[in-house]
Amino acid sequence: MIEPSRRPVFLDLTKIAMPVGALTSIGHRISGIVLAASAPLAVYVLALSLRDASGWAQAAALFAQPVFEAAVAISAWALAHHVLGGVRHLLTDFGIGASLRVARRSAWFVNLGGLVLALAAATAVL
Amino acid sequence: MKLRLSGPSAWWAQRLSAVLMLLFATFVATSLVAHPVAGYGQWRDWVAAPGVSLAFVVFFGALLVHMWVGLRDVVLDYAKPSLRLALLGVVALGLLGLGAWLLVILLRLRA
Repeated sequence: MIEPSRRPVFLDLTKIAMPVGALTSIGHRISGIVLAASAPLAVYVLALSLRDASGWAQAAALFAQPVFEAAVAISAWALAHHVLGGVRHLLTDFGIGASLRVARRSAWFVNLGGLVLALAAATAVL
Repeated sequence: MKLRLSGPSAWWAQRLSAVLMLLFATFVATSLVAHPVAGYGQWRDWVAAPGVSLAFVVFFGALLVHMWVGLRDVVLDYAKPSLRLALLGVVALGLLGLGAWLLVILLRLRA
């Protein structure tokens, strides 16, 4: 029988010093969930904008609502991070950037790029 | 397409749908930069154009497949085994509903 390990288990995620790639990975999952959660709202706005001229005007007016603006800003971050992280995954699938040094650099690029793109989208749309 | 996406087929579906969505995003961005739409009429006519509608259908299909694989992973990773089947059912119903809604949006443009 295998003896259970006596090594101490420490899993306080708020205190563990995570490598940058771990933050990219967690961010990829969180952004995916955020995008899935915002999908019904996005489809609603699409339906509204294509319904008729007054629907189009209503959809445009939504972008002046603070709550909607906040949802757009959060979704913009989620989309930017998820797409950048997704492309990083696809490149890694082909062995591009799979070495630790490059992977760490691209992880920083995704984490910061997601925030920069979200900020750019927020200032452009809002 | 296999309905029970798991293992390698789920992995492939996730990658293929991701690439299709990237192509769609590139298509929409270049098209709208080249010919910006102003107002309801132009927006509606652009989406209703056969090529654009087809691109939307492919995108929506890829989106739903991608959401299924991703949300399925989330449920399997975090939900208690006793809750998994029910939660997967909720996700599946939600995605089917979303797909039906998207189909109605596109079909209304042809009516």
